[in-house]
Amino acid sequence: MYRYDEFDHGFVAQRVSQFRDQVARRLTGEISEDAFKPLRLMNGVYLQLHAYMLRVAIPYGTLNSRQMRKLAHIARTYDRGYGHFTTRQNIQYNWPALSDMPAILEELAEVEMHAIQTSGNCIRNVTADHFAGAAADEVADPRPYAEILRQWSSVHPEFSFLPRKFKIAVTASERDRAAIQVHDIGLQLKKDGEGGLGFAVWIAGGQGRTPILAKKIKDFLPEEDLLSYTTAIMRVYNLHGRRDNKYKARIKILVHETGVEQLTSEIDAEWAHLKDGELKLPAADIAAINAYFAPRELDARAEGWKELAAWKKSDPGFATWVGRNVAPHRHPDYGMVTISLKPIGGIPGDASADQMDAVAKLALEFGHDEIRVTHEQNLVLPHVALADLEPLYRALLAEGLATANAGLITDIIACPGLDYCALANARSIPVAQEISNRFGDPARQAEIGDLKIKISGCINACGHHHVGHIGILGVEKKGAELYQISLGGSGDENASIGQITGPGFEPDQVTDAIETIVETYLSQRTDADETFIACYRRIGADPFKAALYGSESQAA
Amino acid sequence: MKTAPFKTKVLTANRLSDGISVWLGAHGEWVVSIKDAFLARHEDAVTAIETAGKQALADNRVVDVNVIDVEETSAGPRPFRLRERIRAEGPSIDYAPVATARVSQAA
Repeated sequence: MYRYDEFDHGFVAQRVSQFRDQVARRLTGEISEDAFKPLRLMNGVYLQLHAYMLRVAIPYGTLNSRQMRKLAHIARTYDRGYGHFTTRQNIQYNWPALSDMPAILEELAEVEMHAIQTSGNCIRNVTADHFAGAAADEVADPRPYAEILRQWSSVHPEFSFLPRKFKIAVTASERDRAAIQVHDIGLQLKKDGEGGLGFAVWIAGGQGRTPILAKKIKDFLPEEDLLSYTTAIMRVYNLHGRRDNKYKARIKILVHETGVEQLTSEIDAEWAHLKDGELKLPAADIAAINAYFAPRELDARAEGWKELAAWKKSDPGFATWVGRNVAPHRHPDYGMVTISLKPIGGIPGDASADQMDAVAKLALEFGHDEIRVTHEQNLVLPHVALADLEPLYRALLAEGLATANAGLITDIIACPGLDYCALANARSIPVAQEISNRFGDPARQAEIGDLKIKISGCINACGHHHVGHIGILGVEKKGAELYQISLGGSGDENASIGQITGPGFEPDQVTDAIETIVETYLSQRTDADETFIACYRRIGADPFKAALYGSESQAA
Repeated sequence: MKTAPFKTKVLTANRLSDGISVWLGAHGEWVVSIKDAFLARHEDAVTAIETAGKQALADNRVVDVNVIDVEETSAGPRPFRLRERIRAEGPSIDYAPVATARVSQAA
């Protein structure tokens, strides 16, 4: 993975020092809250309901064991012993004191981490496929390009005060695990006929109060044009994006109001000036960044095949876990292991300091020192030999980290909701917990199969409810929580925005409603191979609406 | 014209140094439990706590200062809004890491 050079170290150290001074001046009253707020936000510090919140960037969701141990140390020393992994592959701490922030940032800098651009109207942490560098189906590792974008966008003077925040995601497979169609810019790394690398470029997707899928505006952008073309997009957005209304300020609204053809022609006109200038990426620079991400030298471990079969036979729990949480690696003797942060009845995405330490230790012992954070709020060890799966599983089991539910109904995305968040209108976590408990039986989950439930506590959609197969949105109605349910959303290569079923549900009715939807699916599917989303797309919303609201709803 | 019945009010904020939720107490101090909050039961009292809030903000002791409506109950003041009840009582979930481990072991 990428290692800081002298410039990076110096730059981050300088930012910590600046912020230390700003915090000191705030605490003595030299700076007012109005003046300080944008400064703290630039360093990832929010004020939530109960305390400050610090959001730490995990670039493209990749970290090593030393970094994970540091995250655990911060949770233990400066917080209440846990952290929350987010849908943007970051981590949030819920209870840090403002007076401790400079010390925390200094500790993060020791392991080449920071909280810069995790807030504010700038280019946020660039996200990527969490299986990058390990997946059998990718054309190349997308992370070097995410790293190039990270370096280019860090405190970019022209793009630090955009109309609104800006999110970029990169993937390198036909199978999209990075949800690129719901990002401001989505990049799919691919090869042309001659084997050259480049990108399919999608723009103007997003969730929030106006969910819109991205439009593909380029089939193949050669890799050397990545920064010039991205700059052209950013310039056109920065110039024309609305600043009069924050709810209409994202690039998706600009494209929606202006039309993708006109915007594309403006982007191309801008690009014509930039294409052959200093932003053209030299092959040597691309190669230099790629060298940091050189594929792991993985020894042949063919003994794992036989052992795995024997272990699976003797331990059904292990077999189930392998079946759900281990995906094929490009090296046949290895697997990509999803460590579920969705224990039955637990808080989605939360991990204790002890669990973080345990994952760090296991990554070092069995995982070639690599850890990923997924946008689905789980962790991944991307390179584990099949021969090491059994001891890894035992160790995870002891830490409460071996829940065999990746991609199942209890693998729920949920934002912090009204339990923590100052923007939320309703709680998300208790809703997730109740659904998880109701469907916790492994046999029942297995029968239901792949099903993504995603829950947001407000219209900002941090819980990605618009692209949940079942999406749940918490709203406030007459002072009480109410939950709207949507069906048919998807954040993969066949992306779609979910459609609201009808009137919302009170908190104590939500899990029953989910059960009704699930039972309707089970009774309507052609066979066990037809997934929930496939079934929904075949039969449409009506059978589900009828089951939820009665047949009279059909006439409405 | 009929006016709405007066609702008891308290002043709440977050402490500048650590962001912890606080309420204005009876002696002008900021307390960490809503049970110890000063109850403004008439308009003059509301004006007084608003003034105190502005002063505390200016003195850089607290941020995000708000006057909120509460119901007086035998267990102490209870905010009408859920958001404020969660601020007063903490997250409604068992968020301690020990509990997380226990739950997952049981599963």
